[in-house]
Formats: sequence, structure tokens, C-alpha cells
Amino acid sequence: MAYSFDLTVVWAFVIAFAVFAYIVMDGFDLGIGLLFPLLRPGAERDTAMNSVAPVWDGNETWLVLGGGGLFAVFPLAYAVILPALYAPIIAMLLGLIFRGVAFEFRWRDPRHRAAWDVAFAGGSLVAALAQGITLGALLQGITVEGRAYAGGWWDWLTPFSILVGASVVVAYALLGATWLVMRTEGQLQAQARRYALGLTVATVAAIALVSAVTPFLQGRYAERWLAMPNVLVTAQVPLLVALAAYALWRALRSGAERAPFLIALGLFALTFLGLGISIFPDVVPGRITIWQAAAPEASQIFLLAGASVLIPIILSYTAYAYWVFRGKVDAHGYH
Amino acid sequence: MLANLDPLILARMQFGFTVAFHIVFPAFSIGLASFLAVLEGLWLATGRQVFMDLFKYWIKIFAIAFAMGVVSGLVMSYQFGTNWSVFSDKTGPVLGPMMAYEVLSAFFLEAGFLGVMLFGMTKVGPRLHFAATLMVAFGTFFSAFWILSVNSWMQTPAGYGTNADGQFVPLDWWAIVFNPSFPFRLVHMVLAAYLTTALVVGAVGAWHLLRDRSNPAARTMFSMAMWMAALVAPVQILAGDAHGLNTLEHQPAKVMAMEGHYQSHPDGAPLILFGLPDQKTGTVRYAVEIPKLSSLVLKHDPNAPLTGLDSLPRAEWPPVPIVFWSFRIMVGLGMLMLLLGALSLLARWRGTLYTWPPLHRFAVAMGPAGFVAVLAGWITTEVGRQPYTVYGLLRTAQSASPLHAPAVAASLTAFVVIYFAVFAMGTAYILRLMAKPPHAGERGIEPGVPIRTAGLTPAPAIDPDRHLQPAE
Repeated sequence: MAYSFDLTVVWAFVIAFAVFAYIVMDGFDLGIGLLFPLLRPGAERDTAMNSVAPVWDGNETWLVLGGGGLFAVFPLAYAVILPALYAPIIAMLLGLIFRGVAFEFRWRDPRHRAAWDVAFAGGSLVAALAQGITLGALLQGITVEGRAYAGGWWDWLTPFSILVGASVVVAYALLGATWLVMRTEGQLQAQARRYALGLTVATVAAIALVSAVTPFLQGRYAERWLAMPNVLVTAQVPLLVALAAYALWRALRSGAERAPFLIALGLFALTFLGLGISIFPDVVPGRITIWQAAAPEASQIFLLAGASVLIPIILSYTAYAYWVFRGKVDAHGYH
Repeated sequence: MLANLDPLILARMQFGFTVAFHIVFPAFSIGLASFLAVLEGLWLATGRQVFMDLFKYWIKIFAIAFAMGVVSGLVMSYQFGTNWSVFSDKTGPVLGPMMAYEVLSAFFLEAGFLGVMLFGMTKVGPRLHFAATLMVAFGTFFSAFWILSVNSWMQTPAGYGTNADGQFVPLDWWAIVFNPSFPFRLVHMVLAAYLTTALVVGAVGAWHLLRDRSNPAARTMFSMAMWMAALVAPVQILAGDAHGLNTLEHQPAKVMAMEGHYQSHPDGAPLILFGLPDQKTGTVRYAVEIPKLSSLVLKHDPNAPLTGLDSLPRAEWPPVPIVFWSFRIMVGLGMLMLLLGALSLLARWRGTLYTWPPLHRFAVAMGPAGFVAVLAGWITTEVGRQPYTVYGLLRTAQSASPLHAPAVAASLTAFVVIYFAVFAMGTAYILRLMAKPPHAGERGIEPGVPIRTAGLTPAPAIDPDRHLQPAE
């Protein structure tokens, strides 16, 4: 397991970080969209939307950064993955557009608010499902010949990819519900807490199911997770997931407000770590490693020069924005 | 029906369609950002309320235009991979970092300054606010800088090598970024953005002058826009000419298509004003032409020989009819812009700038002309580059993703339906704002209403009275 610590590895971590930042940050605001149909029109929906209004656009920009970074640093991976997952990627983009403008037009066009609410929830569902399916399809393996995708345009659609898609929907909804527990009060908070309890159970079940199936997919997942001596390390991950799930349940039952969201984030971090164990150092699982996909050093250095200045600035500004919005929210905005 | 088409054609249609939507909004917001900076600067310098009224009037429109640019840009950052995967693999090491810089600078801009500009007037004080406005203007320009450098590299590649995998790899970043056509394209496009914005602002001003010629804000914006048109339109024509000569040097086939020169003219080529280029026979039917003028324009010598497309194999020909006509639309609109600017100078000299309805009607009619000219110019340069994506090096037919026609047909249909629905709403909202006359004590963007443009900023949803000082 001795990997030389080169520039390509640095970039793999930078892009993995961008993807993770995207998943957890857009995850909770997509989750709000998923829960939207369950909330009562009027003050409840307005409050839920207000809670993500100031931050959601910034959240989504990490997706652009992830895509742009992949193109720049791992162009081969970008060129193989996107055609392989053509339908879900396009569906995701269209879902995000719809949801994004629904967000805005909902306020500007109160007469059609009901229709924009449908667009908001529908767009969020399509985007979340498509992201999960993308992950599932990537894990189950894609056909590569030479430097190109060589499969059909429906290859991504399998029971496994649907399972992962549904799991991501459930997990995003959990993030959204715990976010509402943290940011709202009264009736809406109690309702979100009930949903979060149910979604905790569903998320853990989904993680267990996906984890149980993954080793049976083609590829080296079983070997990575189950062979000695790796298993001594990897076995800690499911153990920690179980602990986190228990802590989340307890926190929700005890009436804690911030802990559930933070523990849910921890749960996401653990599953992301699990994905890393399954995939690293591949970028297209079982097909292409990060070194095979990497752009030459001249490209990596050129971009790293700017990224190492700009990303920390962006992060600190993001942190500042979240700090400003740490309070409770109602139908009229933040307090 | 679409599914029977060639997947390559479908992919090109999809790319063209989505870029056409994307290009319009940034072209407007680049110019508008600078206009806003000028308005605020004038307000700071003179203290006249009318400039602040105009600033607040236009910033509401800017917010929506910028948002549309962001929404349609998300699609662009993935479409290179989904539909042009071979192109992405081969050019990624060169173009990828530049595109990533574009994303990072846009991201940084949104994070730092846009929110302050949109919502921060009462919170950070006028000077800091003006600094934020200048940064937004600079940032939109910087965004255009990177994306136009990418586009120019595809037209006039430089500073690259190739590796064993057939990828273009960077050898000299300076030569890549400042490739031969880049300075010309950048100037031409940024001037186009200014002119487009001036025409929109002028049309809105004229529209309100036709209703109430005493409205001071309408007068000011109309006058400013007409100065801009009168000054920039001639400069733009010169810049376009220089860009054309640069193209003649590096991409002669594109100029042959623009001119409709299928045949070589060893002793002076005519300027074809109009005609119907026929790609099959390689002739321009019903051509109306002025002898020797093309040689005079392009070579500054009426008898200079000009080669035509007959000097190249057919496989190297761009689709002449499209390039020929889009070029004429662009130039024709440019001439009308020049005329508008000249008429406004005449009216100014006669003292009838605000009281001459025919001029106002002409200005209203010219409102969308900038957008049409930008699109026509973009079609000229991109279609003129065919049959290559990277000129002379990578063919379009060898750039596309290995996708089946039904997949691309389905996505193209979805893009068309959703874009028309979504962007029609956005445009309708902009038009609704423009239909309201500007008035004294104009209000800016109301806090509490989410705006996509707000980005990472904490400003929008906060009650202004209780806001933290972002300047601390």
C-alpha cells in the first residue's frame, strides 16, 4: 500500500474534496427539496426554503468545480465517465436547472407558486436520483476500450444503480431533515425530527444493503474490504457507521438540535471514506487509475498555482457565510 | 424524427443550441457590469441622484441576467465531456486548466463581491461598495478573458506539443493563453458586449422617452447609451476588420467562406454583397458583386490575388452558406449601429436628442440587434472553423463522444423544451422590469428575496438593520 506522494495524488484528494463538499452541501438543500411535498404550503415551505436560500447557490458551484477540475487534471476520466453516464448526467443537469430557477421564480411569481413548488421538488428528486445512479453505475463498472467508453447508452440502468440512486435520495432527505431540525423551531422542527428518525433507519438500511452487494460486483472490492490484513482496518468503517447511526438516533430522541445534522455529516464522511477504500487509486473503478488518467505535470502545476490560493479563500468565505447564518429561521428569513 | 439523424450532427446542434443560450446572457452582463460601475462612479463624483436611480434600476436586471448566465453555464462545464469526449481527452491538458481558472475566478467573484454589490450599499458604505462594483466588472471581464482564450486556442492553436496518447500537452503557457487570434477576439467580443448593452440601455431609455420625454433618468440613460453607440460602433468596425485580417493570416478558409470565394481570383477578387452560395456546385448564384473590392479590403491592393476554396480539397471546406450569411447579418447590423450612433450625434447637435421620436423608435428597434450580431458573429467564427474543432489538427468528426443517435436526440429535445420554458420566463421577467419607467428614489433589490446570483454571500437574506459589517 505504499503510494508515492506525488502531484497526481494531491489532485486526486483536491477533487475528492470538491466532490465531498458538493455532496454534503448540496445534499442538504436537495434534501429540503425532497421533503418539500411533505411540508404544508405556506409558512412551513417558506421557512424550509429560507433556511437554504442564502447558501444553496454556493453549494452547487462545487459541482462545477468538480467537473472543471476533472477535465483539467484527469481528462481521460472526464472523457470516459461522462459519455458512459450520459442519460443520468443530462437528467441531473436539467433537474438542477429546473430546481434552481424554481427557487427564484417561486418568489417572483406567487400566482404560479404551486407549479414552481412541483418543479422544485421534482428537480431535486431527479438530480438526487441521477447522482446516486451515476455513483452506482460507476461502481458496477463501465466498459472501456482504448481511451473511450465502449458500452451502450442504457448500460447504467441496473438494479444495483437504482438501489444506489434510491439510497442517495434517502440519505439526502436525512441531511435535509436534520438541517431543518437545526434551523427551525416549533411545529416544523418536530415534524422534521419525526422524518429524520425514520430516515435514519432507512439510511442505515440503505448503507447496509449497498455495502452487502458491492463485494459481489465484478472488480476487486471484495479483496480490498475482506482480505487480510486490510480487513483489520476496513472493518472499522462499518463499526463506526453503526456507532454514528446509534448516536444519531439518540441525538434525535433526546431533543438535540445541532448534533443530528453534525452526526449525519459524519455518517456521510464515513460512507465517502468507504467509497475511497473501494476505489482508490482508480478514478474509473477497475479500469483507469489516477496516474493513467492524469494530465501532464505542466497542466497540474499551472492549475495548482491558482487553486491553492483561491480555494482557501473560497472556503473561508463559505465558512463565514455559514457562521453568519447559524441562527434559527422562519418564514421571513434568518433572525 | 431526430433519432434518424447522424449523432454527430445532433451533438453539434445540441452544443450550438446550449451555447447560443449561454452566450447571450454573459455578453449582456459583461457590458452591464461596466455600465453599473460607471453609473456608480458618476454618482460618487457628482452626487447627482439620477445616477443612483439608474444604478438601482439596472442592478435588478443585472441580477437576473447574471443568474441566467450561471444556470446555463453549469451545463457547459459538463457538455464537453458528455458529447465531445474525444476532444476532451485530447485537449484536456491544455484547455482544462484554463477552463478551471474561468470557474475559479467566477466562483471567487461570486463569493467575494457580487453579494456586496447587490445588497451591500447601506452596509459597507459607498466607497467600499464602489470597489465591489469595480471588482464585479473586472471579474466578468476576467471570466471572458479565460473562455475567449480557450476558444481562440481552438482557432489558432499554439504553445503545445503532443504525447504518445495523442493528447495535446502544454509546452508554453504564455503562448497558449496569448495565442495569435486571442487579442483580436478578446477586443472584438468585449466591444460587442459593450455595444450590446448600450443598445439595450438605449432602447429602454428610448421606450420611456416615447412615453414621457421629461423623465430625467430615461434622458440620462438614453444619452449615455447613444454616446456609447456613437463612439464604440466605429471602433468595433475597425476592430472587426483587424480581426478579419488576422483570420485571413491564420484561417484563410474561414475568410473564403465569409466572402463566398469558391473560386480563386489571380488578379483581384470581387466583393460579393449578396448571393446564394451553393456548396454542391461550388458557386455563388445570383451574386451581386463589386469588382476588385475584396482584394482592396483584405490586401489593400485592388489587383492582389486571392485564392478561393477551389485551392483546397472539399474535405477542408467549411459550410459556406451559413458562414456567408451569418457574416452578412453581423456586418449589416454593425452598419445599422453606426447609423444609429451617427443619427444620435446629429440629433444632439440639433438639440433634439430627447424630442425626436423617429430616433427613439429606431433605437427601440435596435434594442435586440446586439444580441443578434453577437450570435451571428459567433456562428461565423465557429462554423468557419469547420471541419475542425482544433483548427487544422483535430477534426470535428473525430471529436465527438461514442454516443448513439437516440441518446443525443433525446437530450437535445429535453434541452430545447426546458431552455425555452426556463429562459423565456427569465427574459419575460427582465422585460417586465424594463417596461417600468425609472423614477426618482428608485429602490434596489429587496432583501429577503432569494436571488440565485447571491452566491455564497450572506448579504441577501439578512435584515439590513441588523446586518453584520462584512467590512470588518
